[in-house]
Amino acid sequence: MAKSHVSTSINGEPVEYLCDPGDTLLDVLRNELQLTGTKEGCGSGDCGACSVTLNGRLVCSCLVLGVEAEGAEVGTIEGVGANDKLHVIQEKFLEHAALQCGVCTPGLIVSTKALLEENPNPTEEEARYYLAGNLCRCTGYDKIIRAVMDAAETMREGA
Amino acid sequence: MVSVVYEAPDSIEGAVNLLANADVPAHILAGGTDLIIQTNGSSDAERLFVDVKKIAGMTEANLTDTALVLGPSMSCAAFTECDDIKAVFPGLVEAAYLIGSTQVQGRASVGGNLCNSSPAADTIPALIANGAQCVIAGPGGERTVPVEEFVTGVGRNCMEKGELLKQITIARPAANTSDAYLRFIPRTEMDIAVAGAGVSITLDDNGTCTAARVGIGAVAPTALLVPDAAAALVGSTLDDAALQAAADAASAASSPITDRRGTVEYRRQVVGVLVKRAATIAAERAKGG
Repeated sequence: MAKSHVSTSINGEPVEYLCDPGDTLLDVLRNELQLTGTKEGCGSGDCGACSVTLNGRLVCSCLVLGVEAEGAEVGTIEGVGANDKLHVIQEKFLEHAALQCGVCTPGLIVSTKALLEENPNPTEEEARYYLAGNLCRCTGYDKIIRAVMDAAETMREGA
Repeated sequence: MVSVVYEAPDSIEGAVNLLANADVPAHILAGGTDLIIQTNGSSDAERLFVDVKKIAGMTEANLTDTALVLGPSMSCAAFTECDDIKAVFPGLVEAAYLIGSTQVQGRASVGGNLCNSSPAADTIPALIANGAQCVIAGPGGERTVPVEEFVTGVGRNCMEKGELLKQITIARPAANTSDAYLRFIPRTEMDIAVAGAGVSITLDDNGTCTAARVGIGAVAPTALLVPDAAAALVGSTLDDAALQAAADAASAASSPITDRRGTVEYRRQVVGVLVKRAATIAAERAKGG
């Protein structure tokens, strides 16, 4: 099986890779590009651990083929903060202890960033609905929602 | 591991050629939220995926003075952001909004929901209520099929080898018309319908119903158009007796199964209740419009 050549942009940087046409974007990110911040949870679009943005839309990277990223803009957890500085959302997740095992955390942070770009001032209910596709089996969600609401407020003040 | 051949043609003709001439199982890739999972579990055969999202018009919607022309592969996330469409077809947009999570909506599409042909698909009863037509392109040209005839069984539809869904069209409704879609799930989000009902209602200036369409889902092998339920509403002011008659007609038309989401008796009862409530909401909206 011939590999497909894909030219894409990941976190604003041009990236080229070869992949099998059946490989998911998640496979490519983790195995080909060593961007292992994106996690595989269920592999069937239920848990949101593999959330990335594709042309600005929040998607599960396990439900996208690597070849479909041709010409697209992909955003992953690696692009959320800078190397030496955490994003406000990341800081708030730490501050509120909004994680335990951490497998859901990259997906939740990517999703929270997408939420707050779309709606900088969500109600708690709106935040809970928006993030319903990100499952966390440790925290019981309350600390996550507190972190999200605090991050939203801090980002609004900073804007 | 399935060996996939991926093609992304930029024209309907190109897609039809690929699909018609495939010598391995060929699949149309729209949002992939069903297809990629279905492929993950299968044994090592070669598959052809024809990504149709690069074809002009496939991922956009256009509401004109006469009709909504919906590109079947437009993501639900993009579709539900169209305020002009929401104003005319609020129930259809609600149905699209109920599919999966934010992430799934970023990829899943109304056309994909239709072509996956699940009995519990949320958009199909809403499309039925609105009299949607499916424009299918194939080797022999185009044909148009009413949405209630498109799905032929559980996971099966009328499309033959080489065909693909090119457009979903809905005529712009008459004045004082609106729609609603309701589904029942045991939680508030991220679930599959136990029963669903889409209703479109047209009222005259006195509030009498002059036209109605009722579609029900998850209570039969396919979503159903229920003419008897619509007939019970037409001519009434949607009083309790008319609503109950419509509910009874929907329950009678259903042929549900018992599974872990609900029993036959429960689904039959609930689908009637949903028709009543959706009809009431659609009528309120029709008055407002």
